[in-house]
Amino acid sequence: MKTCLVVDDSSVIRKVARRILEGLDFEITEAEDGKQAMDRVASKMPDAILLDWNMPNMDGYEFLLKLRQMAGGDRPKVVFCTTENDISHIAKAMDSGADEYVMKPFDKEILCSKFGEVGLV
Amino acid sequence: MSAPVILRVIDFINKAAGIVLTTEKAYFVEARLSPVLREEGLPSIDELMTRAERGDRRLAQRVIDALTTNETFFFRDKTPFEHFRNVIIPELLARRPAGKTLRIWCAACSSGQEPYSLVMVLDELKAQLAGRPVEIHASDISEAILSKAKSGIFNQFEVQRGLPTKMLLQYFQKVGDNWQISPEVVKRVNFFKFNLLEEPKTMGTFDVIFCRNVLIYFDRPTRAKIFDRLADRLAPDGFLLLGGAESTFGVTDRFTSHPKERMLHVPLMRRADPAARTAIA
Ligand SMILES: C[S@@+](CC[C@H](N)C(=O)[O-])C[C@H]1O[C@@H](n2cnc3c(N)ncnc32)[C@H](O)[C@@H]1O
Repeated sequence: MKTCLVVDDSSVIRKVARRILEGLDFEITEAEDGKQAMDRVASKMPDAILLDWNMPNMDGYEFLLKLRQMAGGDRPKVVFCTTENDISHIAKAMDSGADEYVMKPFDKEILCSKFGEVGLV
Repeated sequence: MSAPVILRVIDFINKAAGIVLTTEKAYFVEARLSPVLREEGLPSIDELMTRAERGDRRLAQRVIDALTTNETFFFRDKTPFEHFRNVIIPELLARRPAGKTLRIWCAACSSGQEPYSLVMVLDELKAQLAGRPVEIHASDISEAILSKAKSGIFNQFEVQRGLPTKMLLQYFQKVGDNWQISPEVVKRVNFFKFNLLEEPKTMGTFDVIFCRNVLIYFDRPTRAKIFDRLADRLAPDGFLLLGGAESTFGVTDRFTSHPKERMLHVPLMRRADPAARTAIA
């Protein structure tokens, strides 16, 4: 089964994302900030990561930069998922190694389209 | 809504656009026409239909705009656009003399995502095209949806359906809460109003016709007639792309499948047409 790590400090968003992604046949693990996410990927690299930007401890941007430098860290498809929807944010995320970008609020159709874009649906 | 009124609407939209509605769609009709009544200050659907039928063309157009379904998105279903990139353009480039313009028609373009997706694919093929001119013509029966298409403005939901973020960054500017596609892209598409029930006589010949997710709304005789006219407008070695739920099978014998791609429709060569036979060989 494909695996996806959902990283977001909002438990509501994690729950919504989990429900949608389980419907797309992903096995889900969760983390509530970048630090926790680092622990998760250190023990097992997922196939995909749905990543929030603004989080306490370590934000999504910093996590992504660290991830891409880890051994095997280039493998997961990273879909950035934020409320920031201006071009400079999107460009920054893509330049730092995200594969796709989702602007909140999202729905099943948009997540499906974006995970399709990175070849996982 | 009373039975005679719904029948009146059903008859009107069938004659005007070929769209087949059934009485079970009464709720849909009412939901779509209520805003028109409100905006026009009209008391009832009956009154609206009387005026539309008696020659108020603006109101007739408003009824058509309200009752057409404009659901669409960028790179819809992906495969047609992959065929366009990997099969259609390479085959056309190999067959057509250098410098000859390629002509593409999106025959029910809705808010423009389909023709704009084609512009993006053509940009990626720039090197292969080597300066060859390509025309993209895009039509729809709905004036309201055509003006949206021409504006090139899409909301956040629309730019996330089917459109890779890479393309969003490459082609769009943010304007308030919406996204504006580059004027260069808009300029590459010739938008015009066209009803598929009409004879497309003066339009010349096309190399590729996208007629996707519109024939599903029509009955079989109407589809057959439209296939006939599309075949007349398509080059003998051209390509027709339909929606996922649409097929020529059992409706027309003017098309067959491409030898390699089953979902790609190509005109069926007739014995009487030897020039076309060599063209496809
Ligand atoms: C569901 S959309 C399909 C858009 C696009 N081709 C796609 O596949 O995403 C159908 C479009 O067909 C248009 N349409 C309906 N009846 C038509 C007719 N008789 N002639 C031309 N366009 C028509 C509608 O206005 C609508 O925009």
